[in-house]
Amino acid sequence: MKKMAIIATKGTLDMAYPPFILASTAAALGFDVQIFFTFYGLQLLRKDLSDVKISPLGNPAMPMPIPMPVMVQMLPGMESMATMMMKDKLKKKGVASLEELRSLCQEADVKFVACQMTVDLFDFDKSEFIDNIEFGGATTFLDFAGETDICLFI
Amino acid sequence: MQVDKELDARGMNCPLPILKTKKSLTDMTSGQILKVISTDCGSVKDMQAFSNQTGNELVSTEEAGGEYTFFLKKK
Repeated sequence: MKKMAIIATKGTLDMAYPPFILASTAAALGFDVQIFFTFYGLQLLRKDLSDVKISPLGNPAMPMPIPMPVMVQMLPGMESMATMMMKDKLKKKGVASLEELRSLCQEADVKFVACQMTVDLFDFDKSEFIDNIEFGGATTFLDFAGETDICLFI
Repeated sequence: MQVDKELDARGMNCPLPILKTKKSLTDMTSGQILKVISTDCGSVKDMQAFSNQTGNELVSTEEAGGEYTFFLKKK
């Protein structure tokens, strides 16, 4: 059986998609998959994903309906607005929500490992996370990653 | 071709058509035919790759009016 390991380090909406898309697809192809969530990536394991947002600030590649100067992008509420617009676009184009992709991963036995050090660092409350995840460290990850066919850092 | 099961994946985008295809195949028996209809043009290549990776044969692919129809034979 082929194996794939992913390290998910980002907690923004755009960076949340690649780990879940690749993991769920690899699982559908019969891969044994594990995702190690560390630093901001841990946000992706919270029960409530509504804080996972996209920011136009410092993101010049983000397509905008109208050109928007940085001074406007930094106004209060712009981040929520950009997130709302992006989610609306994703839905219209038939792209699954993060919640849906995440549960498809879990249904397909993708193993989620949360970085224990990050939990301690940011004082995360473990009850905020979804069920059926494990907690571990770099060694836990490398134990699995060392035997994989594909290993990605996202 | 005798179709044993049909999956309507119209309106879904990557990777949903593949994920739903995999799910649909789960409770089918070897040799049965699954028909998948998709509107995602990326699914043409993806379905071929899915077939290569999983060994479920892609018997045929049809395209008409922006809709893609795949016939997969369960391994």
